[in-house]
Order: sequence, then structure tokens, then C-alpha cells
Amino acid sequence: MLKQIRRFRYQILVFLAVLGPGFITANVDNDSGGIFTYSAAGARFGYLPLWTLLPITLALIVTQEMCSRMGAVTGKGLSDLIREEFGLRVTFVIMTLLVLANMTNVMAEFAGIASSLELFHISRYISVPLSAVAVWFLVVKGNYKSVEKIFLFGCLLYVTYIISGFLVRPDWKAAAINSVEPQLMLDKDYVYMLIGMVGTTIAPWMQFYLQSAVVEKGITAKEYAASRLEVIVGCIMTDVVAFFIIVACAGAIWSIHPRDIGSAAEAALGLKPFGQYAFLLFSAGLFNASIFAACILPLSTAYTVCEGLGFESGVNRRISEAPVFYFLYTLLIVAGAGVILIPNFPLVRMILLSQVLNGALLPFVLIYMVLLINKKDLMGVWTNPRWFNLVAWVTVVVMIGLTLALVGITVRGT
Amino acid sequence: MAGEYLYFTELVGMPVFDLKHRRIGRVRDAAIVPVVDASRVDRVLVGGGESWLTIRYDQIRSIALGEGIALSDEQLTPYHEDEFMLRIGRDLLDQQIIDVTGRKVVRVNDLTFEIRNDGERDTLAMLEVDIGIRSIFRRVMEHTLPPRWIRRLQEAIPPNSIKWDFCNVLEPDPLRRLRLNISYEKLERMHPADLADIVEELSHAEREAIFESIDSEAAAEALTEVDPKMQASILEALEPEKAADIVEEMDPDEAADALAELEEETSEEILEEMESEPKTDVQELLEYEEDTAGGMMNTDFVSLPEDALTADATAAIEGAEELLETLNTLFLVDAEGRPTASIPLARLFVARPGARLKELAAETLITAPADEKQHRITELFDKYNLLTLPVVDEEGKLAGVITADDVISVLRNG
Repeated sequence: MLKQIRRFRYQILVFLAVLGPGFITANVDNDSGGIFTYSAAGARFGYLPLWTLLPITLALIVTQEMCSRMGAVTGKGLSDLIREEFGLRVTFVIMTLLVLANMTNVMAEFAGIASSLELFHISRYISVPLSAVAVWFLVVKGNYKSVEKIFLFGCLLYVTYIISGFLVRPDWKAAAINSVEPQLMLDKDYVYMLIGMVGTTIAPWMQFYLQSAVVEKGITAKEYAASRLEVIVGCIMTDVVAFFIIVACAGAIWSIHPRDIGSAAEAALGLKPFGQYAFLLFSAGLFNASIFAACILPLSTAYTVCEGLGFESGVNRRISEAPVFYFLYTLLIVAGAGVILIPNFPLVRMILLSQVLNGALLPFVLIYMVLLINKKDLMGVWTNPRWFNLVAWVTVVVMIGLTLALVGITVRGT
Repeated sequence: MAGEYLYFTELVGMPVFDLKHRRIGRVRDAAIVPVVDASRVDRVLVGGGESWLTIRYDQIRSIALGEGIALSDEQLTPYHEDEFMLRIGRDLLDQQIIDVTGRKVVRVNDLTFEIRNDGERDTLAMLEVDIGIRSIFRRVMEHTLPPRWIRRLQEAIPPNSIKWDFCNVLEPDPLRRLRLNISYEKLERMHPADLADIVEELSHAEREAIFESIDSEAAAEALTEVDPKMQASILEALEPEKAADIVEEMDPDEAADALAELEEETSEEILEEMESEPKTDVQELLEYEEDTAGGMMNTDFVSLPEDALTADATAAIEGAEELLETLNTLFLVDAEGRPTASIPLARLFVARPGARLKELAAETLITAPADEKQHRITELFDKYNLLTLPVVDEEGKLAGVITADDVISVLRNG
């Protein structure tokens, strides 16, 4: 009995010890772009899109689980593995695309910071430079442990969306029914919206970030059970947040008059009639999500590229020891924040471009992932079981199909 | 011609000609056989039609960039997997190796050979491992432009290479390590802190391989410098006997800290394998809570009876060889083992011969009980400018000492 209690206590401790990578990655998935997509879906189609969240969560779990397993078993990052198994040229092409895609992603995050703080009447010429400097210092001057704690705290702040969802007093019955009952319509806009939701869910950078974070944290195959649980809980929590964003916008905007919205900030304004708090929480959530992603994206990109191409990396190194790492990190922040301050910068174009780049990159990353995880000499007994491979390949094929469709629509739309 | 060099990227794809100057295929890979020669390329593997052929180094007449490889003997054998062969393209390129002089882990982008002519034939000798941007450029451009163009274009980029002699190849499989004549002896001569930094960057398997094969003393010193969580995972992965050998060599306080991180079963297994003397020391220390004076202290110290003379002190120090590098204070204890005075080591040198140690004592003796909290200990060190603080058990007996380096670790990790 005593032994069982001790065993249980040990398991909880292990879970807490591995807490971090999966939670953070899944939550950053709800960045400013994600929030916009979910808000737009709710504002235009109400509760109808909710059913997609279930398959999205599954797809997210399947891909994230593979990355964290690879990280725990091999002790190497995804870009390391791609480099070792598929050579430098492939790695170089993937890394170049990743830097470009993530640079436009960072721009979107800083745009999110600017627009969310403009709701509080703070000029972007103040908010954006300050945030950029804060982000740079947080990571360069902090160490991994303390930075991770701040990030985990950032994850908690997503609760603001859940509260604002309640404040709007949506139609819970409709929400519950639509969550489990697929609603298919051959309406063009509806199909676009569904693809958009799925397309923003699984981004290439997440796979790299998660695997590196698992390695950095020193999680081993032995602790893997706890780590997998963490990934699953993180993915579910992410989509719970997405659920509340959709519900809030459905209740506040769609139920009054369905319409298209142009930005997440517009969605926040739409919540205003339901009280100052709903509006405040929604806007604060947008700021939190944007700055959170603005911290992680440049860092993750710099890590991934340096790992893959064999440059020194890591925030525990001095600038002179890891020049490429700091150069990339700084470049992404400066470029990402800088363009937001340029008047008339074609930001929407850039964000569309980032979707296209992500879409071009994702098939490679996902296919390499499934190939790598099935290598016996790398993974030993931890390769995919056959049923999981089936699930993985179906997920990969569906994800690739939808992403390419999204790219096609994006390109044609512009 | 001496001093002619060739890159591995140029070697791969080079045409091979037989005695009548007919082309028989292109180079696919090359291999060294370290048990025979650590740097000479012993085999060149040629893809001719379906299967590969092996060319021994003494079957080659000449090797030249732009001309290819001309044979002097065309009795080639089909390629067989050979465990004594280190294949450059497969086992070295894109993999991580340790740069022993630069004390870091690097990834191999390319290799530079020297073409040596002994009058009869050309042989390739491994000269350098290329790691910087120049070699990335070469790899990315490989086979898209003529090699001489690439050589000219790359001149703008500064080279970055490591001498082959200073490289240590990593191989987790012990049997293969033996066959490839890979040893980690070079690592034993590194500073333990540098070795620890290197080890922290490797994957679990490589890490364990290093600790398994270097001698226990070097392993213990390096392990002391490694992050506590990683210490635990390394010790867990090693065979209990090997882990015990390493733990025996560690300072008892460090050993106890490392074992305390482990699951109870594993740490008991390791303790069982240990010799009795270090084992009791460690077991005693394990009794104390980690964040108390008892958990911080070390049981290695020099204590003498109250009436001891300077000559006794010299004799005692001579008998405590492993302490010589760090010892700075001696203690006098009464008949019950309670500390009565501390003697700064330097005072021994200026004492008149035959003096009593008591006369050399520092004015006040500061001690701490074993259950004193960690933060109080750091306060004491700060307040009294201590180098060494004696710790006493419930009965007031001298149980161990805390040294300044223990306090520094606490402050850094807190």
C-alpha cells in the first residue's frame, strides 16, 4: 500500500518534471493567426464549425506525439535527425523555407501585439518596439528553466478566452450539439473556412520546436509515458481554448448578425456589447497569445536552423560563441517587429505568403517525420506500431491535402 | 605533387578508369580502416551498374581533380559490409564528432584529403574535418557546378576546419567501437567541466557510451559537473557495477546528491555494488535532507586531537592525498569528536617548528548543525567570509564540512 502511494507520488513528480514542452507548443498554436481564424469562423458561421475541433485535436495529438517520442528516444532534435539521415542539401532547403515562413509568422505576431494594444489606445510605435526589446532580453538574458516557467504562466493566461466565452452567454445547447455532429455544406466560404482552421493547426515549426524542447529538457524514453500524457493534455487544452473563442464569437457576433471580420481585434470589439470584461479579456488574450508566440518563434527558428546546419546554438552561450544563432534570432525579431512600423506595408500579403510557405514545407516535414520514426536503428522498440502508422499516414495525407488546398485558395484569392 | 588537396564532396562522383582507360563507374563512398591506419583512405567504393565494387588503396595509380581515379590493378572485389570499415559518407558525413582541442561538439559538413604520392601511387590522407559556412556552401552546390568553379566561388568565405587528429568520432555500439579502434582516451585529458559541457550536448546513447568507456576517475569528475537531472539519467543507464565504480570516485557529498536524484531501487542497486568505505560515507549523507547542511556537506576532512603538534598535521595531510587540491582548513576535535578549533592551513607554514596546533587556531569557531537550512548556511558563509564550515550532528560531533564551492553551486542553481 505504502509502496503504491510512493509509486503514485513518483509518477506525479515525473509528470510535473516533464511538464513544459508539450503544453507550450500546443498553446502557441493558438497564436494571433489561430485566434483570427477561429474568431472569423465563429463570427461567420456560428456554432457550425465546432465539430472540426475533434478531428483537429486528434491530428494534433498524432503529430505532436511522434515528435516528442522521437525527442525522448533519440535525444536529438528533428532537424538533427533530418540532417543525419537525409543529408545537408535537403536540410538546407527545409531550413531556408522555415526561416522565411517563420519570419512572416513573426510579423503576424507583432501585428497581433500592435492591434491588441491599440484596443487599449496604445500606439504601435510604442508597443511594438518595447515588446521586441522585451522579447529579445527575456530569452537572451534568461535561462531555459526560468523562461519555461514564464511560458507556462503564459499558457495559463489563455484562460481569459474561456472566461470571455462564458461572459457572452452563448447558446450552450447548440454548441454542444454542433461539437459532435458534423455539419457539411457545399458553401464555398464554409469549405474555405474549414480548410483554414485545419491548416493553421499544424505548422512545421511546431514539430521542430517540440522535439528540441523535449531534448533540451532531458526527457528520456523512461519518462516518456508522462511526456506523452503531457502532450495529449496540452493538445486538448489548446482546442478547448479554440472552442471558447469560436463560441464567444458565435454568441456575440453571429447570433446578432453573421458577418465576416477582418482581424482578431475586430472580434474583440464585437464582444463589447456583452460587457467591458468580455472585451478586455478577449483583447488581453490576443496580446498574450501574440507576444507568447513572438517569443517562441524566433527562438525556435534559430535553434532549429543552427542544430540542423551544425552551428553553435543555445541561450546559455555568449554571443561571440554562437554568432549565427544570435544573428538569426535578432534578425527575426527586428524584421518581424520592423515591418509593422512601416506605413502601408502589405502585411496581409505577407501573412498569405507565410501560409503558402508553411503549406509548401509541411508535406516534407510530416513525411520525413513518419519515415524517421519508423527507422529501427534510430527508434529501436519505439517505432510506430502498425495501427499507429496507418493513423499517422492518414493524418499526413489529409493534412497535406488540406494544406495544399489552402495554399491553392490563398494563391488564387490574391 | 605534394600539398594537392581534395574534398570529399569532390571525391564522390569522380569517375574511375581501368588500365585501358575505360570508365568503370563513379565513386560512391570511401572508407578508412582505423585498425590499420587512422587517416589513410583504405578503400574507395565505386558504383558500377547494380552493385558496388571495392578498390583497395594499393590498386590506385593516380587521383586528380578533373581527371578522376586511374587504377593500377583492375581485379576489384564486390563491396561487402565490413565491420572494420569507417565509411566516410555514411558514418562520418553529417554526423556529430567531438573537437577535442576546441572542446565542442561539431557536425561534419565535408572532409579535406591530402593527395600524397609515394612514387608509385597516389593515396588520400584525411587532413581536416570541415565545419563552417564554406563547407555548407560546397555541399549545397555539390554537383551543380564544376568543382573548380565551386573552389573559386568559396574563396570569399573564410574556412573553418579541425585537424583530423584532434577529432573524436562518436560510436554508441561498444563492439563496433572496438573494431573501429575508437577510444575516448583523448577525452580523459580534458578538463572535467569542458567534458561535461560536451556530454550535455550529446544524445543519451552517445553520452552513456562515453561514461561507459572512459576511466572511472575522469568519469566521476565530469559527472560532478553535469546538470543533476542528467546525472541521474546517465547513472540509471549504466550497468550498476560501472555506475558504482564512478560513484565511488566522486566526492561523497556529490555522490549522495546524484544518488538522491535516482529512483530508490536504482540507487540501492548501485550502493550494493560499491565498496564498503565510500558506501558508508554516501549512505550516511543520504540520510540528510538535500536542502540542509547535512545534504550539502562532504565527509572528507582532516581532524586532529586537541593536543596535536604541527608535525602531526603534516602527517595527517600527507595521508589525505585526494584532498590536497582543495583543502584549506584543519579541525581540532576533543575526545568525543566535537570540534573545538579551526586551523587555517596557511598558518602551518609560518608556525615555529614543534608548535601546538591550538596556538594557530582562528579566533572563533563557527559551526552549523546538520539540519540547518541551506539558505542559513549561505548567510553564514557570507557573514563570516568562510571558506570551510564544519557541520556537527545531534551529539555535537564533527560530521562533515561544507566548502565554498558547495555554496556557489547552491547559489547558482537556486
